[in-house]
Amino acid sequence: MEGFFSSTLGLLVLGVAQAGLILSFVMVSLLFLVYADRKVWAAVQMRRGPNVVGIFGLLQTVADALKYILKEIVIPAGSDRTVFLMAPLVSFVLAVVAWSVIPFADGWVLADINVAILFIFAVSSLEVYGVIMGGWASNSKYPFLGSLRSAAQMISYEVSLGLIIIGVIISTGSLNLSDIVRAQDGNLGLLNWYWLPHFPMVFLFFISCLAETNRPPFDLPEAESELVAGYQVEYSSTPFLLFMAGEYIAMWLLSAVIAILFFGGWLSPIPGLPDGAFWMILKMAFFFFLFALVKAVVPRYRYDQLMRLGWKVFLPFSLVWVVLVSFFAHFELFGGFWARWAVGG
Amino acid sequence: MTPPDFAFYLFAVLVVAAGLFTVIARNPVHSVLWLILAFLSSAGLFVLMGAEFVAMLLIIVYVGAVAVLFLFVVMMLDVDFTSLKAEMTKYMPIALLIGVVILMQLGIVFGVWQTSDIAADNVAAATERFGGASNTQAIGQLIYDDYLLLFQLAGLILLVAMIGAIVLTLRHRTDVKRQNVVSQIMRDPKASMALKDVKSGQGLQ
Repeated sequence: MEGFFSSTLGLLVLGVAQAGLILSFVMVSLLFLVYADRKVWAAVQMRRGPNVVGIFGLLQTVADALKYILKEIVIPAGSDRTVFLMAPLVSFVLAVVAWSVIPFADGWVLADINVAILFIFAVSSLEVYGVIMGGWASNSKYPFLGSLRSAAQMISYEVSLGLIIIGVIISTGSLNLSDIVRAQDGNLGLLNWYWLPHFPMVFLFFISCLAETNRPPFDLPEAESELVAGYQVEYSSTPFLLFMAGEYIAMWLLSAVIAILFFGGWLSPIPGLPDGAFWMILKMAFFFFLFALVKAVVPRYRYDQLMRLGWKVFLPFSLVWVVLVSFFAHFELFGGFWARWAVGG
Repeated sequence: MTPPDFAFYLFAVLVVAAGLFTVIARNPVHSVLWLILAFLSSAGLFVLMGAEFVAMLLIIVYVGAVAVLFLFVVMMLDVDFTSLKAEMTKYMPIALLIGVVILMQLGIVFGVWQTSDIAADNVAAATERFGGASNTQAIGQLIYDDYLLLFQLAGLILLVAMIGAIVLTLRHRTDVKRQNVVSQIMRDPKASMALKDVKSGQGLQ
């Protein structure tokens, strides 16, 4: 067996199997994420939420997914057929692709590459294409306005997202996600994690993630009170399902990224307890809960407020923070609190 | 054929095909989409060469930002592309001439390409200098340690260009409504709204 798994064919089989494992984890969790999102939303508004299909309505998402798949795909007459159908695929596939570099536990990662964090950043910067292509190909006014909004919004928030990531990278000295988590290991449990040295950035990162995934209060690309449903207006059945699934998977991914960058990934919060994938998934679920909660309690932003927040508040603040962190890390002030270089320096 | 060979031919064919379709696509938006595919495939080629940092930068900067602006502009343009296409035949001879000249130049360059004996040693020496560090660290060391001044100068030039662009396009229009965020935030709820406890069946006066 040893020999087989180091041959080309064996590596291929191994890679496909691991990818399948991650994909099935993402897809199964997706079913319950949509359910959890609706339940949290309902709880805040003192409703019951889905409670009919299955026990506690747990199978509601399965029923919804089946319904979407079985319905007819309506393609508008004046639309650009190829681009119209490609847009949801782009948005779904890119959301899934980024999972290949996420470490679930020490060594549990499909592609342990050197530039993992840049890879995630690159893939999430590509996700805007799904929205733009969908909005343009629909050949209709509302989708087009929605797609233009999303293009400006996602580019704006990517800038601050990138700067916040740089602070963490400077502290670690590596772009590898596993290294970033290992650098947060220590005797103090959760006090060793990066949320403490990079405290204000946790909030900025979380808010930027909301804007990056077009979640409320920044869901302007699909603001139903102004644009009906934004870029999704003309979509029906499976293409719509892909758009929605892509959005939830991207959110789930960013929960994982927050857990890795600031909250120690698979590390246990209390010293003495064993580390493991359990903690990672628990943290991801917690951040997803926060995403769902924000959707329910915060009203939608106005577009100019959104742009102002991104460019005039987040960008200068994170820029100053990068300079500060580089200063602290370079001179190893405060007992090397900001300098946890895993490699070199 | 080993997997890297397969990947190389796949990406190489994709780059050339996408570049070709960028030029011949009828719809300008399709052209930009093909251009994006070309960028992505060349990022794949960079990864195959072991330059993963450059590949990621190519995707983040060119595909994630520059191409989005291209797409933005092309979608918003209200240009009659059929008339533009008609004019294209007028310039076709010049375009072909330039194409042939560049092709010939490339042919000459690769025809007399020679590899120096010390080239391999130089590459090995450069790798050794960074002590087997990853690309990202080596590039960082070069930019921020060895060539800091030049890097700062490049940044300064970009800053000047940015300020220039802002100065050239900045104008204060008086005929549009502006949102004053500070006054909106500083608004006092007591001055603008009142909370009333409405008893059922009575209503407010």
